Amino acid sequence: MVKHFISLEWKSFFRSASFGKSLAIKIFMGFFALYLAMIFAGSGFLLMLYLEKEQPETDPFLFFNGLIFFWFLGDLLIRFFFQKLPVMTVKPFLTLPVNRSQIVNYVLRKSMVSFVNFLPLLTIIPFGILLIVKGYTNTSVVIAWWVMLILLILINNFLNFIIESLSAERELSFLPIILLTSILYGLNHFDVIDLASLMSKAVTGISENPYYLITPVAILGVLYGFNFNILIKKLYLDSGLKEKVKEVNAANLEWTKSFGDIAPFLQLDLKMIWRNKRTKSSVWILLMGLFYGLFFYPQPTYQDLPWFFMLIGVFSTGIFLISFGQFIPAWDSGYYKLLMSQNIKYEQYLKSKFTLMAFSVVVLFVLGIPYVYFGWKVLIAHFVAAIYNIGVNTHVILYGGSFNRKKINLDQKAAFNYQGTGAVQWLIGIPLLLLPMGLFALLYFITNFEIACAILALFGVIGIVFHQKLMRSITLKYTKSKYKMIDAFNQEN
Amino acid sequence: MITTSNLSKKYKNNEVLNIESLNIPKGQSFGLVGNNGAGKTTYFSLLLDLIQPTTGHIVNNDIQVNESEAWKPFTSAFIDESFLIGYLTPEEYFYFIGELRGQNKADIDTLVAQFEDFFHGEILGQKKYLRDLSKGNQKKVGIVAALIGNPEVIILDEPFANLDPTTQIRLKGIIKDLAEKKGVTILISSHDLMHVTDVCDRIVVLEKGRIVKDLVTSEATLKELEAHFAS
Repeated sequence: MVKHFISLEWKSFFRSASFGKSLAIKIFMGFFALYLAMIFAGSGFLLMLYLEKEQPETDPFLFFNGLIFFWFLGDLLIRFFFQKLPVMTVKPFLTLPVNRSQIVNYVLRKSMVSFVNFLPLLTIIPFGILLIVKGYTNTSVVIAWWVMLILLILINNFLNFIIESLSAERELSFLPIILLTSILYGLNHFDVIDLASLMSKAVTGISENPYYLITPVAILGVLYGFNFNILIKKLYLDSGLKEKVKEVNAANLEWTKSFGDIAPFLQLDLKMIWRNKRTKSSVWILLMGLFYGLFFYPQPTYQDLPWFFMLIGVFSTGIFLISFGQFIPAWDSGYYKLLMSQNIKYEQYLKSKFTLMAFSVVVLFVLGIPYVYFGWKVLIAHFVAAIYNIGVNTHVILYGGSFNRKKINLDQKAAFNYQGTGAVQWLIGIPLLLLPMGLFALLYFITNFEIACAILALFGVIGIVFHQKLMRSITLKYTKSKYKMIDAFNQEN
Repeated sequence: MITTSNLSKKYKNNEVLNIESLNIPKGQSFGLVGNNGAGKTTYFSLLLDLIQPTTGHIVNNDIQVNESEAWKPFTSAFIDESFLIGYLTPEEYFYFIGELRGQNKADIDTLVAQFEDFFHGEILGQKKYLRDLSKGNQKKVGIVAALIGNPEVIILDEPFANLDPTTQIRLKGIIKDLAEKKGVTILISSHDLMHVTDVCDRIVVLEKGRIVKDLVTSEATLKELEAHFAS
């Protein structure tokens, strides 16, 4: 059975309409993965070197175990945002002679071979070997230690899916995980309960008495069983339908009329964002973007790095632009054929998206004005970033949209579907963010802050001045790829 | 009204449609029948410029559809559920289509009110999104939306499928009425030979992308069609 599942996935990967594009992304992700692997592989050696040089009297084994609590929290947090349960289309299997438990077991086991789970091995294996070679501990302890940590990785793996599935239905889905990790961190930090040393002692103790490994194995078993039960319940068609009969209020949105001929599309976009789970959750990311600066500006280190302001400026005024814009026109993929056969001008359609994005930049800039507390330079940088976002990034992202060939199912809320919310979504923002930052930093070091600001603002203004012309050429690009888009949006996956 | 010349569509080397010439005059109700893969939906998609023809072209009211977009104001269609916007209520959907077609809310309300019978009380004022309606009710919304804005050409792909018997009969009435009284050119495809012969003035049979029969509907048509598909 597993053989069949694997071959089906193989086919869905190679036969999908977006194959060429997703291959390019996969190659890029491959390099990114390689980079991460190198960091992880190096850190084991570096830690050992550092300890021997700087703190020769500490036992590296105990020191490492002291860090495990923080690694545990960080790992859980990162997993929540980047690792999703493997996707599988289950509906066709439900009426076939396949056990439900087989499907669930397959999905769960597949999640164990995730790249995220292999990364820490690159650190702990060399570190463990060094421990043996340098004579800090003996071989059997290290082997038990490895087993213990692998179990811990898998515990995190399954713990994450439980947290995800419990919070996925809520609107602020990322709040519980942030609360949980910060409470644990806080308890430890303020010495209420010394979790870090408890965990360290547990890991050290278990490594020295391998019989105690039964405890993490039992925990893992319980978590696996819990996951199994959650998933098997979702394997019924009606599990997603229960709360459907909720009444809805028709919205009026008359105020959009003042935007003239793009009003119908603007209304449509606003309704789309507010009425679909998928888009609604991206609204909450706005808050994160808005407060992004608070992670950096209060720290004196960043106060002396004016070139860094640009990154935060572009990010915090452009968060909506990036999270919404990257899926244009895929948001409308479900009814793209309708739009293409209706009496509309492509230009109006795109202009509505542009207006929405530009408007969001202005609003986010205004909301971010209190950042002036950290100095007038911050405010100026944000202002320049806003102009750059409106003049350059909006056009870039609209242009990029014409290469979009991947359908989004707005109303799919079935289990196993976390479509398009993985790491790719985050990676795509890089050119939009890093380009202005790099340019700004370069200009800043060659000349000074004011000139760098002026030049970036100039780019933005040029973009705004040539808006009509740019939109025309973008429209042309969309018109050219019209048939390809219709074809691709017609295909599932 | 609609002139098709030398039209063909190939996917790689596989020809799915080849129509040398086909003229549909204004005000005709035109039925397209054929087995699966005969090319019905392909023809409609070409007519709506959703796919590109390999050779030839279609001219809709003096406008070549793959060259200009000027055919859009007087042409409307309902091909499948992908013509619906799932997160709108039926009313909002009608208003949206109405705005694209230059109709105000009052116009839409009047138009939609005429179809209260057809909707059978299951569409309007239900406070439900389109995605939460049943397949049959979704279809009703799509068909009525295709009538918005006084189009001169209406294209309906398999309008009878998924509808309950009562609604099928009412739909036949609507289609006949449009063609006879308002001079609208209607193109429909169907697998149900009885329904097509009931509502269409003319029936064209497609087989593997080619026209094999072109009949003016008469008493004998249904028999002839049945004989054709039985063999």
